[in-house]
This record gives sequence, C-alpha cells and structure tokens, in this order.
Amino acid sequence: MKLNVFSRRTPRVVDQYGAPGRGDSRLISLATIVVILGAWWLITHLELIRPLFLPSPEMVIEKFNKIACTRYYYEQVLAFVGVLSEVEAQCEGFSEHTLYEHIMWSLYRVFLSFFLAVVTAVPIGIAMGMSRVARGIFDPPIEFYRPIPPLAYLPLTIIWFGIGESGKIFLIYLACFAPIAINARAGVRSVSVEQIHAAYSMGASRQQVIWQVVIKAALPEILTGMRVAIAFGWTTLVAAEMVAAKAGIGVMVLNAARFLATDIVFLGIVVIGAIAFMFDLMMRQLEKKLVPWKGKA
Amino acid sequence: MDSIIRLEHIGMEYPSVDGLDTVKALEDVNLEFHDNEFVVALGASGCGKTTLLNVIAGFLSPTSGQILKKGVPIAGPGSDRGVVFQKHALFPWLDVVENVEFGLKLQGIGKDERRRKALENLSLVGLSGFESYPIYQLSGGMQQRVGLARALTCDPDMLLMDEPLGALDAFTRENMQELVLKVWNQTRKMVFFITHSVEEALFMATRLIVMSPRPGRITHQYKLDFYKRFFEIGDARKIKSAADFIKMREEILSIIYGEEEAESRP
Repeated sequence: MKLNVFSRRTPRVVDQYGAPGRGDSRLISLATIVVILGAWWLITHLELIRPLFLPSPEMVIEKFNKIACTRYYYEQVLAFVGVLSEVEAQCEGFSEHTLYEHIMWSLYRVFLSFFLAVVTAVPIGIAMGMSRVARGIFDPPIEFYRPIPPLAYLPLTIIWFGIGESGKIFLIYLACFAPIAINARAGVRSVSVEQIHAAYSMGASRQQVIWQVVIKAALPEILTGMRVAIAFGWTTLVAAEMVAAKAGIGVMVLNAARFLATDIVFLGIVVIGAIAFMFDLMMRQLEKKLVPWKGKA
Repeated sequence: MDSIIRLEHIGMEYPSVDGLDTVKALEDVNLEFHDNEFVVALGASGCGKTTLLNVIAGFLSPTSGQILKKGVPIAGPGSDRGVVFQKHALFPWLDVVENVEFGLKLQGIGKDERRRKALENLSLVGLSGFESYPIYQLSGGMQQRVGLARALTCDPDMLLMDEPLGALDAFTRENMQELVLKVWNQTRKMVFFITHSVEEALFMATRLIVMSPRPGRITHQYKLDFYKRFFEIGDARKIKSAADFIKMREEILSIIYGEEEAESRP
C-alpha cells in the first residue's frame, strides 16, 4: 500500500468541487500526535528542561505502573495461576489510594450526578417544549444559572452541603442539568407539525402523541445534550474535587502538585483527558445505536 | 347516493398580518362526499384548498359552518379520516412496517393482527419485501407509498391527500398517480385529493372542484370519467394526450388563469 499523506486521492462521489474542507484528515492528525510525543521525548532526553517542570515520558509511565500497582496485580495473577509462590511487589498508590480507586471515586460521582440530571432534566425540558406554563416557570432559573461557571457557586454548595459528597454531586448535577434540559426543549421543536397531525389522524391521544411521537423525535437532541452534559460534568467534577475530597482523580493531581510530583500531575492530566475521550466515544456509540436516523430524515 | 361527509357553509377567517383586517381563507364552502368518490380540489396557491383539507381533517375548526358525518357534527381529528401529507411525515425511528401499523398499535390491537394488516397494505402499495427498511433509506416515492399504506391501515372512511405527489419528480409522479388510482379502485375509500396540477386532477378525479382565492371558494364542479378509461385501457399517457382531455385541460386552465387576471386587475 502506498502511504502518502498529502497525495490527491481518487475522488469519491461526495467530493464536490470546491466543497470546503473535503478529504480525510486522520493520517495528518496521527502525524501531529507523533510529532508532539516525539518532541516531548526529545526535549526531556536532551535535558533541555528539568524533570521537575517536564518529566520524561518514561517517568510518567513508571509512575503509572507504581500508583496503578500494575506490578502488584501482575504478580497476584501469577501467584493465582501458580507460577509465583509469593507476591513480593507492594501496592502503594498515591494519597492513600491506588489510581484505580481515584478513578472509580470520580466516575462514581460523575455518573451518579449525570444519572440524576438525565431523569430530571429530560422531563422538564420536554415539558418546557410542550407547555407554555412549564416554559414560563423553568426558563428564568435555568437561563440565569446556566452561564455561571460552576466554580463560582462552588463555595455556596460548600456552605450548604459541607465538604462531603452531596455538595459535589449537587454541583455536577447542576452542570449536567442545563445542557440536557435545553436540548430536550429544543428537541421538541424538531418534531414536524405533520408528524403530530399524522398521529392525531390515526386516533392518537395527547398522551400518545407526547410519548410516541414528541419524545422519539426529540431523542437525537436529548442525546446531544447528554453528550455535552457529561463532558461539562467531568470538567466540573475535577475542579470540585480539587477543593475538598479524600479520593478522586482531581484531588490526586492537586496533591501531586503540592509535592511537586510533576510526573503524577502529568499522569493525572492524561488520565482525565483519556476518560473524557472515552465518554465522548461512549456517547457517540449510544447515538449510533439509539438514533440511527439522526441527520438523515 | 347518500352523502357521508357534508360541509355546510364552511367559512374560515384569519387575522391579517398587520392585525387590522381579516383574511377570508374560505367563504361559504358547501361540499358533499359520497361513497366511492375521488374528489380532487384544484386551484392556484392561496385558494384555501389546504385550509379546506385541514378543516375536514379536524386540524382547524372553521370560524363558521359545520361538518357533518352521516348527519352528526364532527370536531377534531380522528382515525375515520386518514391523512397523507405532501412531505411524508413518517416516523424515522420506526421501520417501514412499524410506521404502517402505528395507528393499530395506538388502538391496542394485538401484534399479529396489526402486522398482518400492515403487510396487506404494504403489498397493496407495492412495497412487499421492504417492511424492515428504515424510512430514511427509501426514495421519495416509496416514502409516499408508506404514507398511503399507513393511512389505509387505520381503515378510515375517507382519505385526505394534501398534494401527496407534489414533491416528487415528474416520472415518479405519473407512476404514483396510477398507483393511487389502483389502490383507490381496490379499496374504494372516499378520497379528497389536493393538487395544483390540472393534468393530475383531470386524470384521477371522479369529481373535480375548482377553487379560487380571496376569499377561497368553490367556483366550478365537474363530474369526470377519464379515470374509467385508465381502468379500461391502462395507458395513462394515451388518456392524457387524447383530444378531449387536452380540451378539458385548457378549459380548466383558462378558468384558473382568468381568475388570476381578475385578481391582478386594480
């Protein structure tokens, strides 16, 4: 196979003359990533920057193995199948928790809040789209708090809920709520009046129109809202954990910074980014599965 | 023949855009629909034909007059009047057969029963074998056929068709005219069909009503039998190019153009 990133490929039917941004950009993106990682490796190995400011890739990987206890778990498996008689490696972690525990604490918080936001924001958003009264009631509070950065009302949630879990859940819940409600409301408008008329002329009741037509038609937008919400919730969560938390990926990064453990800071940032990326993949898969008609009808 | 649906002195007024005046979309429309009729409403844009259809469907309530079904006034939409829209208005989250059986599902009819009826109607519109296709993979003509099968599956007394072929290309449109006529001939549902194509109207109608705008009203009615020739000889182009068909077409066109000229005169 000839691999030429910048070659003019055989045109496809969709490649219209003059269509902006046509062509596949994946190979170029791959090249960018390789260049960035290569530059990181080169700069640290030429010792142009001190490891305190920029640890080498190897240091980060080593730290990953250490706080994720990969060696410990590996030996556990070997001992289990009988290859090893005794587990020698220690499981240390960081800030009294392994990387896995930090991640799980964060995921627990974000998913619980996200779940609570979905079950409340979808019905409220649909109601706002369907009814003048609901729109009148919910529009002012949502539109007021939506543009406020969550960190601005974080101190208030601490005053109200203390530094325990409920305050964090509440904060992330608020971050997730607005995008879902607003998208659900907009989704209601994507149902055509003909579709509603068609349902009524087949004998549908108002309830049936809402459940079997409006909500289904709004589903693509609801999922878009959920995708935005989980990303926003994740950003907020990491920030919230930095204020007060025993475990969590955010507090791990913050504690590492206090000890100038830059390699762990790096590791934490990469893990946070990787999880955010996974959320997006997950939501895209969910969209493909639940709303295959999106953008086609 | 007894009339099944009867429109008495239907009037429809909207406030005009500036709110100072009213626009008469319909004025004193009297119309009867009988069994086995294929009534086509023809007229230029803005003559109130779609308003009239929406009134019959129950999506609009007229500002004056009433609609009687077998002598009883009707209000609001119902499954006794099936509607086929210009843009298909199907549900993309359901596949073809699920769209067609939607009405029966609403009525709580069992899965086997409604599936059987839906497949029956899909075969009637020539879509056997497409039942599990997603809607967005069908062509415009096929989508309209699904829309027709969906309306038929509720077994309505009357089919209301709002320019159902208006968005199709010319060739598909002619094929669909024949298909709709054949389906009508087999089911013998009353049809109220809206179009702005004179040729389509003449070819399909058992009765043609010509409407004129501002205020929207019925100005002419014709009983036609060109559709009968189609069932006799089957060649639609031959019928549409026959001398008496063309003469009729020009007559109707001159009525519509005549009204437009009268409109544009100060």
